[in-house]
Amino acid sequence: MKRDTGLIRPRDAAPELKRVERRLLLKTGLSLGALTMLTGCNLSDGDEVDRALFAMSRFNDRVQALLFSKTRLAATFPASRITNPFRFNAFYDEDDAPEIDASDWKLEVSGLVDDKTPWTLARLRTMPQENQITRHICVEGWSQIGEWSGVPLHLFLKKIGADTRAKYVGFKCADRYYSSIDMPSALHPQTILALDFIGKPLPTEFGFPMRLRIPTKLGFKNPKYVVSLFVTNDNPGGYWEDQGYNWFSGS
Amino acid sequence: MSNAASRPARGRSVLVHPLIVRITHWVNAFAIVCMVMSGWQIYDASPLLPFAFPPFMTLGGWLGGAIAWHLAMMWLLIANGILYLGYGLASRHFKRSFFPLSARGVLSDFRSALHFNLSHTPGVYNAVQKLLYLAVLLLGILAFLSGLAMWKPVQFEWLAAALGSYPSLRWLHFIAMTGIVGFVIIHLALVIIVPRTLPSMITGRVRMDDKAGMRHEA
Repeated sequence: MKRDTGLIRPRDAAPELKRVERRLLLKTGLSLGALTMLTGCNLSDGDEVDRALFAMSRFNDRVQALLFSKTRLAATFPASRITNPFRFNAFYDEDDAPEIDASDWKLEVSGLVDDKTPWTLARLRTMPQENQITRHICVEGWSQIGEWSGVPLHLFLKKIGADTRAKYVGFKCADRYYSSIDMPSALHPQTILALDFIGKPLPTEFGFPMRLRIPTKLGFKNPKYVVSLFVTNDNPGGYWEDQGYNWFSGS
Repeated sequence: MSNAASRPARGRSVLVHPLIVRITHWVNAFAIVCMVMSGWQIYDASPLLPFAFPPFMTLGGWLGGAIAWHLAMMWLLIANGILYLGYGLASRHFKRSFFPLSARGVLSDFRSALHFNLSHTPGVYNAVQKLLYLAVLLLGILAFLSGLAMWKPVQFEWLAAALGSYPSLRWLHFIAMTGIVGFVIIHLALVIIVPRTLPSMITGRVRMDDKAGMRHEA
């Protein structure tokens, strides 16, 4: 499934979930046989198993939303702990990372906001900048410490007159990646629209000109090369989330 | 027999594993197998050591599927664990079955076990069993705490900090898993050596062979 738009509305969510379930089934099916042999349980109806797994993943989204605290901060580190070299990670090779011309780039803003004027990089630089040295934790298990600075998302949302009672903030990227986060996490003080990495503008491999940096979520919830931000009440899903990664994936 | 009331008579069956212990045991067995196999799949996404688990030993098919299994089975394990620990503490099952435990007792029973000459009274654990069951209980708690801290290193930062850095949480979780798998191997080997212990984990009962209890020499 290659979607150019990250938006999933409730009315088409059901067939979407079905497709996702089917794909997950194809992948889980491979080693289900091994489990069946070991336990003697008949798990041959993979569709039911995948439906149960998805239901549990939605349950885990709700549990994580309850556990989330707006004031609890991710641990920060001294500059001496920054991982060097920092790792490139994407669903494609580093050579294929999009090279964006800063003068062409604009951040589109849409959805439940008052001011939908696109933002230039220069204008983002006029906003207050927040700096953090935090641990970036990948869903694969590895983690690295990096330093990011940029505009706190809660200030940006306030500036554009976003309806902060809405449920989700979605992001679309120049590399067709997309992701979304819950509003409480979007308003967390450490959630920033990062423009700099270790004191310099983001290099191409780490998301120039702008990426989301959210240390209270796993790495894949930190989209790079962001070109569009929107506020919505319909869960926009995400590139990996729609393939079966847990949507909330909070730390 | 006239003295049947004072001690189990020959050929009479006695309850050694209460129903709740049997249910939680088998639910636990299922959940642990799922947790370990999906955990191996997750491990394979970014191995800690220079080896990966072969796909036939894993569950989930890919990282996303494995995490879905792991974080779903986590709840079954937690619910089952609460039931078992609650019962074990309330009924004094732990206190009665696992204690007293002494180093001398463990050594002497271990020596007897090596000579295949360990007396076995139904429902009473020998010192080696006590040590193993207690150890795996503690390893389970370590796996739970390190897993919880890895899942929520920010929300449970106090726990994550108490156990070390994020990379060390992965190691602790891996070490706990290794210990649990080691226990399962020994546990299954002992069931194979003394197969009559298996039916009692299903029915809960054993037949008394003689008034002194069972003695098995393999």
